[in-house]
Order: sequence, then structure tokens, then C-alpha cells
Amino acid sequence: MTTLLEVNGLVKHFVAERSLFGRALAHVKAVDGVSFSLDAGKTLALVGESGCGKSTVSRLVLRLIEPDAGAIRFDGRALLSLDADALRKFRREAQIIFQDPYASLNPRMTVGQILTEPLALHDLVPPVQRAERVAEILRLVGLEPRLARRYPHEFSGGQRQRIAIARALAVEPKLIICDEPVSALDVSIRSQILNLLRELQDRLGLAYIFVSHDLAVVKHIADRVAVMNLGQIVEEADAGDLFATPRHPYSRALLSAIPVPKPRAKRSRIVLQGEIPSALNPPRGCRFHTRCPYVIERCRSEMPQLVPDGIGHATACHRTSELPSSAAIVPSDGGFSPILEKLVAAFSGGPEAARGSGVSPLGTDPG
Amino acid sequence: MSTSPLIEIKDLRIRFHGDDGRITHAVDSVDLSVANGATLGLVGESGCGKSVTSLAIMGLLPKQSAEISGAIRFDGFDLLQTPDQTLRDLRGNRLAMIFQEPMTSLNPSFTIGDQIIETILRHRGGSRKGARERAIELLRRVHIPSPERRIDEYPHKLSGGMRQRVMIAMALACDPRLLIADEPTTALDVTLQAQILELMRELKAASGAAIILITHDLGVVAEVCDEVAVMYAGEIVERAPVDELFSMPQHPYTVGLLGSIPRLDHRTEQLATIEGMVPNMAQPPAGCRFAARCPFVLDACTTAPPPLVEISPGHLSRCIRAPLELLVS
Repeated sequence: MTTLLEVNGLVKHFVAERSLFGRALAHVKAVDGVSFSLDAGKTLALVGESGCGKSTVSRLVLRLIEPDAGAIRFDGRALLSLDADALRKFRREAQIIFQDPYASLNPRMTVGQILTEPLALHDLVPPVQRAERVAEILRLVGLEPRLARRYPHEFSGGQRQRIAIARALAVEPKLIICDEPVSALDVSIRSQILNLLRELQDRLGLAYIFVSHDLAVVKHIADRVAVMNLGQIVEEADAGDLFATPRHPYSRALLSAIPVPKPRAKRSRIVLQGEIPSALNPPRGCRFHTRCPYVIERCRSEMPQLVPDGIGHATACHRTSELPSSAAIVPSDGGFSPILEKLVAAFSGGPEAARGSGVSPLGTDPG
Repeated sequence: MSTSPLIEIKDLRIRFHGDDGRITHAVDSVDLSVANGATLGLVGESGCGKSVTSLAIMGLLPKQSAEISGAIRFDGFDLLQTPDQTLRDLRGNRLAMIFQEPMTSLNPSFTIGDQIIETILRHRGGSRKGARERAIELLRRVHIPSPERRIDEYPHKLSGGMRQRVMIAMALACDPRLLIADEPTTALDVTLQAQILELMRELKAASGAAIILITHDLGVVAEVCDEVAVMYAGEIVERAPVDELFSMPQHPYTVGLLGSIPRLDHRTEQLATIEGMVPNMAQPPAGCRFAARCPFVLDACTTAPPPLVEISPGHLSRCIRAPLELLVS
């Protein structure tokens, strides 16, 4: 496996308040020493509450904003020292999909124009072949090529998200950052987009950074998960490992709160007391100590380091080894009964007739 | 639980007349009832009519464009026949609503205290001092720290979770008999969501109010509801006690919804999807409204609208192929 992206000690502080003479008075420590790596063709999920810095990290990785400190290596190149030309080349290889497909497509451009622009900008395809390439990309995301003549407002939310994905794919990237790509979509549409993202990953070998606050979705799509709190990663592990044995008290609280579609599900919910501290003035020591049920004196003064164990499960907590067992923290939804299992399979066309998520005749006639 | 329901909706139909003369069938023949102390979940996707139904209960639909028929019986009133003046006495008093957006449903130019006190004075009268004390008490009940200080703050000073709690405090100001919560946790993080759901459970236990919870999140439904009504394209397609709905759904749409949620317990490569689109509600289809997207469709489905029939006690489905277990055994 090759490492595609390596992030080391990333820091970004935004100025929140300035004096009359422009001197910075207060900083929001949006990202404060974040390190992780991502293998080609894999998915890393960034999870955490609003304001934890997960979206800022994703924008720093694309150099949409410049970090204050740290290093990013993408495919062997030091990203932060690239000049304008090299940066433009990099933009071909890393793309982003945003949460709101209504806001992220230009309403004055047809879908065809939206998809041709990246091709022309990077001069990927000779002009005469562009229309054909657009048709190909549309088919790839499960839309009919004739829809290229239409405008974004003629499509439903799910279809627009497909167009946004198509735009990202147009330049044949290696990495796509998905910033809450399904949060604005209805449940049934959400599953179509998740299936599509997965299928595209398998087919094209894409790596994803998946930013989400929906943990069931993260479990479904991610290979690795990094849990963020107030600008720092507090736990990072393989998805299966994290959901089986969450270690950091903050991860445990997050996972224990996932609502599951099963009445009276077995759970031991950890309800966090108190408000999220402000990133303007994060607590000293461990940034979670004000809400942590296991806080001891040391947590208030000394910041814990993110320490990996033998299997690559890293935790930033002084009390990792002393915490109670993590059994039964993640609520159990118990799965479907055998008969419901069969019914759901029949609804999806059965295992043998498993329909492709992408290339379906879906939504050929919006409106 | 008392025998007669607190609120009973009979054959509710809502049509919107657009400026261009188009008529949209937003809600069709909806029957619902909620008993004292019970929580009903109203589930469905954008545009299925769930929020419009709740606005009709509150009397908040625009009179010029919305044509409403049927009956909504609540506490001895038919809310559809009640004069505005009486409705204003009911709203915020015995009938309360929590909206989805805590950011936009508080008035930014008044302190949260002013807004809660206004509700109390409007419905209960009494002194401003007494109302202020009650407001502080309410803020304490929804677990807002140092409420004596917070009461004089403006909404922008509060976080999303706090604002949602203020909304709940305001809704509870006059001990409502019925609380309608429209996606109360959708805009919130899981940890806050857990706090708010916990709070709603606590309050229900303490006051015995009935709750109608509108959501598209089946996880939330499983957590707090006693009964569930699933809406699709303006109609109720399935209604069942919560355990039954999740263990043996009887409408293909519900099956599709359940199959499309990622599960924590096992990893499936492919999630179920519901292909196609919601029908155009200016011209609803003649037969079953879900027929065009249903993998179990028969010819008979497209000719006549299926009735909502009882499959087992308390479990209703608008599908002629129910009981669905027969399809796979």
C-alpha cells in the first residue's frame, strides 16, 4: 500500500478579534497540531462536533487556506512549497465535494458547461472530444448524457450531488474530500450517493477524506477514523477497531449517542454534561477535561499526546489504560430479523440481481 | 392512558393553490390520533406532507393559498373551525410547537427572557416578576446552566444546543397538552441530540403531555416514539406501534427506508435504494402513489388507490400486497 497523503503537525489559527490598529487580540485555534496519513484508494473519516476543526483540516489539505505551521506531503511532493504552476497541477489530483449541492453548482451554467470547465482548465481533453467525455462522466455517476443540456435547478438534491461528484471526477483525481456529502439529503437518496461513492472508489482507486458527523454513515464508508475535539485528534484507529473498542472518553460519548433504528436498543449512553468549550479559549491540559467523566488532576494541567499502540490504534488520554471496558458502548441495533432481511434483499432486487448504485435509469426525467 | 385521544385528525386534506393556478395535493385523507402521554412519530422524506400536517394543526397555514378540509379535534375544539382569536389563546398555551431551526425561530432583538416572559404573560397573566421567576425555573428545567444570568442574554450569545433548549423551555411555558416537535434535533450534533432527546423523555414523564415528533431520522423515532406513522406523497402509508414497525414493516416504502440506513451491527457492501422520484403532486397518480418506485408492484396497484387496512391489531398498511412476509416465504 502506498501512502498518498501525509499530514504532520498542521496548525491553523484564525484571528477572531483585532485591536484598532490591526493587532490580533484573539485567535480561534481551529486546527492545533493535527497529523495523519492516508493510503491510496482508502477512506479516512474525520468526525467530531461542529467547530472541532474537521472542515478546516480538509481545506488546509487542499491549500484552499494556508496553514500557520506543519507539513503536508501529497504523492511524494511537499505541498506547502509548491509554486502556482505546480499547485494547479495538484488541484487536478485532489478535489472536493461540498455538503450543499444547491449552493455548490453555478445556477447559470448547464451541467455540460459545469463539467467541461475542469476539462478545459486543465486542458485534459481536446475540445472536439469534450462533449463525449462529459457524456462518459455523467454515465459514470448514473445520470443520462442527454441531461448535460439542463441547468442545476432542474434536478433533485440527489441528482445535484451526483453532478457535484461528476465535476470532481472530471479531472481524474486521486483524492476527493467529501465534506458532509450526504447530510443534506433524504435517507433513500443518501444511500444511493453512499453506494455510488463506494463503487467509484472500487473502480477508480480513489482515496477519500470523509468529513461527517453521522457516525453510522462513517462506520459504513470509512477504513480509518480520526476523532477530533477542539482542533486536535483525540483518537485514530481502523473503523472496525474504533467502533468495537473506542478508547478516548470523548469517542465513547460520541459513539454511545448514535441513535439506532431499533426500539429499546441496548445501550449505555454517556450524556456529556456542560457545553463545548470555545475554541477561542480552549481549556488548559486536555481539551476535553471540562466534560470528561474520568477527569483527574493531571488532565487539567498536562496535555496528553496521541500515542499509538501496536496495531495502530492511537489515543490521546492520560487514563487510556485505566478506563473501564469499552464493551457495550456502541449501541447494538441487533440487525434485521431473517424475514425482514429477505424482504430488504427482495426490495433491492435480491442478491443475484444486485442493482448497481450508479448506473441505473434513475431520475431520467427530473421535474 | 385515557380512552379518548387528546387529538384526533379525521380525513385531513390540504391543497395549495399556486399563483400559476396549479393545485398541489400536499396532504390527502390523513387520519391520526394521539393519546394523552403518548408520542407519535411522523416520518417521511422532504415534501411528504409531514410538516404541512403539523402546521395545519397549529393553524399556521396561509389562508389565501391553502385549502384545508377534514377535522382536527383537540380538547373539545375542531381546530379547523375555531376562530383565530381562540386559536391564538390555544397556541403557545395548550398547543405548542418546537421548530427545526433554533437559529431562526428566536427573535434576535429581544433577550430570551423577554421572549419566554411574553408567552407566560399572554396566556397566564400575573405580574412580570412572577413570570420572570417562572422563566428562570423553565430554563433550569431544560438544564441551562446559571439561568438567572442567561435569562438576560440575547439569542446570538447562545450555542445551537442552548437555543434549542430555550425553544423547548418556551414551548413548555404554559404546560401544553400537546407538543409538536418538527425535526427538533436535526441541526444538532449527536451529543446534543442525545441531550435533547433525553430532555423530551424527561418532560413527557413529568408532565404527561402528548408529543408529535416529526422527523426523517428513523433512529430518533426508535428512541422516543410509541407509535409511528409513515407518510409518502401526502398520504399515510403505514401506521404501527414502534416495535412492530421496526421488526416487521408492512409497506414497501418503509422496507426501503429501513434498508437504506447504514447499520452499526453489520457491514453491508450495498445499501438498499429507492429508485425513481416522488410523483408530481399536481397530478398524483391514479393508483398507489409509490407504485412507480415499488419493486413489488402489480398491475392492480396502478389502477385504484389502495386503502389503508389493518394487517394486525394496530398495524395499518396502504399496500395491497401486505402482509409482506408472504412475498419472501
